[in-house]
Amino acid sequence: MVKRVGVLGLQGAITEHINQLKQLGAEGIAVKTPTDLAQVQALIIPGGESTAISRLIQQIGFYEPIQQFAKNHPVFGTCAGLILCGSSITDGGEKLKPLKLIDIAVTRNGFGRQVDSFETPLDIDSIGQQIPAVFIRAPYIDHVGEGVKILAKIDNRIVMAEHGSVLVSSFHPELTEDNRIMAYFLKKIKEENS
Amino acid sequence: MNKQVGSETVKRGMAQMQKGGVIMDVVNAEQAKIAEAAGAVAVMALERVPSDIRAAGGVARMADPTIVETVMKAVTIPVMAKARIGHISEARILEDMGVDYIDESEVLTPADEEFHILKSDYTVPFVCGCRDLGEGLRRIGEGASMLRTKGEPGTGNIVEAVRHMRKVNGQIHLVMGKNDDELMAFARDIGAPYELVKEVKKLGRLPVVNFAAGGVATPADAALMMSLGADGVFVGSGIFKSENPEKFARAIVQATTHYEDYGMLVELSKGLGTPMKGIEISNLSQQDRMQERGW
Repeated sequence: MVKRVGVLGLQGAITEHINQLKQLGAEGIAVKTPTDLAQVQALIIPGGESTAISRLIQQIGFYEPIQQFAKNHPVFGTCAGLILCGSSITDGGEKLKPLKLIDIAVTRNGFGRQVDSFETPLDIDSIGQQIPAVFIRAPYIDHVGEGVKILAKIDNRIVMAEHGSVLVSSFHPELTEDNRIMAYFLKKIKEENS
Repeated sequence: MNKQVGSETVKRGMAQMQKGGVIMDVVNAEQAKIAEAAGAVAVMALERVPSDIRAAGGVARMADPTIVETVMKAVTIPVMAKARIGHISEARILEDMGVDYIDESEVLTPADEEFHILKSDYTVPFVCGCRDLGEGLRRIGEGASMLRTKGEPGTGNIVEAVRHMRKVNGQIHLVMGKNDDELMAFARDIGAPYELVKEVKKLGRLPVVNFAAGGVATPADAALMMSLGADGVFVGSGIFKSENPEKFARAIVQATTHYEDYGMLVELSKGLGTPMKGIEISNLSQQDRMQERGW
């Protein structure tokens, strides 16, 4: 059966994820309201502006429905999505309300401004070697809580991690042609069903 | 570790992260904070919003760096700033300051009436205006990482923004319907680089993100531009020249996201107060039409 994956459709790189899901034979669906979650088996929170997405999550009443959904469905957060999935934000203040889906503390714009944004090949535990990773005003993970597995680091900063069915990356796999990370995430859906 | 900064992927990717969002013109830290709190995906730091530039007349230049720096310190969302068309030094100054995006903008008085900036030379990404596909692809050819249809800035009148978005998307549809052996003549006719016309046909869309700009004044205007295929919207004078900037800013952000939820648009459009006063385009003299700047 075709896997149906929701991409939080409020703001950001939504179609990029949907296109990559399609390449892998899955169906990507933009999820714009909490009721749309009923149609999907997993959720991707895409890159975008974390403050903007956080505000839109609260305005449309998405906050608790996503937390409920994450209890028994896989969730993947990239960049802004990582920030939103996290448990605490070093410099977030009152600007955004993280969903607390995974126990990580996050520093936003941790690598600097846009002129410092970069791409680099990255070796990722459990997934593969030399995976192209695009960092755009990217966050990093300061530290992880118990049970959270660190998958990749750059300059000794954590940039990818997972805990059970929640996967987070500081960078944007959806901006490259390499779909190994997405394939890895899709496997979590199978694990859930078996 | 081999880190590559300023690559095409990194520069275009920045614009991809802005999609579905609203970029707001601001002239000080207080406005920038209002924009951020309302859910703007970026702010454009300026000395004056376009309608005030119109009113002031004279030469409009890059903002005082103090204003841009103040805005950069006030918010954590990306900060954009405008350089004059062809003004290499203003662009380098803004890049050196670390702004996140430069708008080579027809809202300012052009510095060069023949050449635009060679944007591929820069680490910082650029956004440029366009009125049709040829103009857009010329800007991409020079290295623009993001486009915006021009509209007519500072008028609060959506008609030109609609004209330009329909024109660009209509021409993309034309490209899609052409045989490969017809593309060179089409590229010649619209004054676009041939390779980029071929890329548009292959992708079925522009190779970079395209926002709407120049005339958005209400939540319904923003929703209209999204319905016409914009990837997001720039709002210049529309927010801080309205009666209630906080309300307008929040409503325009939500309308941009939920542009097909008409019930929600009803609520978002209620009780906002007076939008900015608009200008009928036919009352603008030729030299007051900012959209004619750029070549």
